[in-house]
Amino acid sequence: MALKTIAGVEVKVTEDGYLEDMTQWNPEIAKEIAKELGIELTDKHFEVLNYLRDRTIAKEALTIRSVGKSGIVDIKQLYELFPKGPLKFSSKIAGIPKPTSCI
Amino acid sequence: METKEKKPLEKVCIICAKGNLEDVYATLVMANGAVMEGIETNLFFTFFGLEGITKKSMNHLHTATTGNPAMKMPGGLPFPTMLGGLPGVESAVSSMMRKQMDELGMPPVDEFLEMITAGGGTIYACKLAVDMFKLTKEDLSDEVKDIITIGEFYELCDGDRTQIIFT
Repeated sequence: MALKTIAGVEVKVTEDGYLEDMTQWNPEIAKEIAKELGIELTDKHFEVLNYLRDRTIAKEALTIRSVGKSGIVDIKQLYELFPKGPLKFSSKIAGIPKPTSCI
Repeated sequence: METKEKKPLEKVCIICAKGNLEDVYATLVMANGAVMEGIETNLFFTFFGLEGITKKSMNHLHTATTGNPAMKMPGGLPFPTMLGGLPGVESAVSSMMRKQMDELGMPPVDEFLEMITAGGGTIYACKLAVDMFKLTKEDLSDEVKDIITIGEFYELCDGDRTQIIFT
């Protein structure tokens, strides 16, 4: 665990850069993490991020398949929003733990 | 001089030559996992592996109930080989297994193939095997990009951070 200042807020992050405490998250933090990953966030991104956060609070395991069935994006669009890391990058930006799913 | 620079995998080329439920799913899980990690992914289905991309069979794959020492009865007792050979047993066991996989959120084969191509993975069928089983492109899933030779497959495997995986 380490402390890192993101968007002016000191947050606890894991070794891989995921927020330790998802309640420390805010949209500005999301934008900054996304920038590090080369992603410019749009409203569509935030729809996905909010969905991921809601599902995490509901303690559901996340898969790209479940996001693809969320009605927000299909899997292809999810890849377009978060290239090369549809679940990893989106989780990181959403301030939720690193995904543990294999699908 | 010691260097600690990481050299992540850039490309995987996965070959599936068997048509059992578990072999095809191993291939699909590994391929989808690679695509999700941002690794360029080529899939090559050959021989009985073609079952996994043939429209008619791909969502009805079987697991072997004979010659499979890992097979267990519900509850954990060993599965008697004699029982596995009875008509309908393999079919029933396989459908039970597919149901369990579905409960775990694992997609059926056709959807899994779509997930892989949606992420940019590419799926090929082996020309020799397609000819041998007298199949045509129309018999195969729409997610199959092309029917190619093994030589063409190897050409796709270029790059020094590429791995070929045979499931």
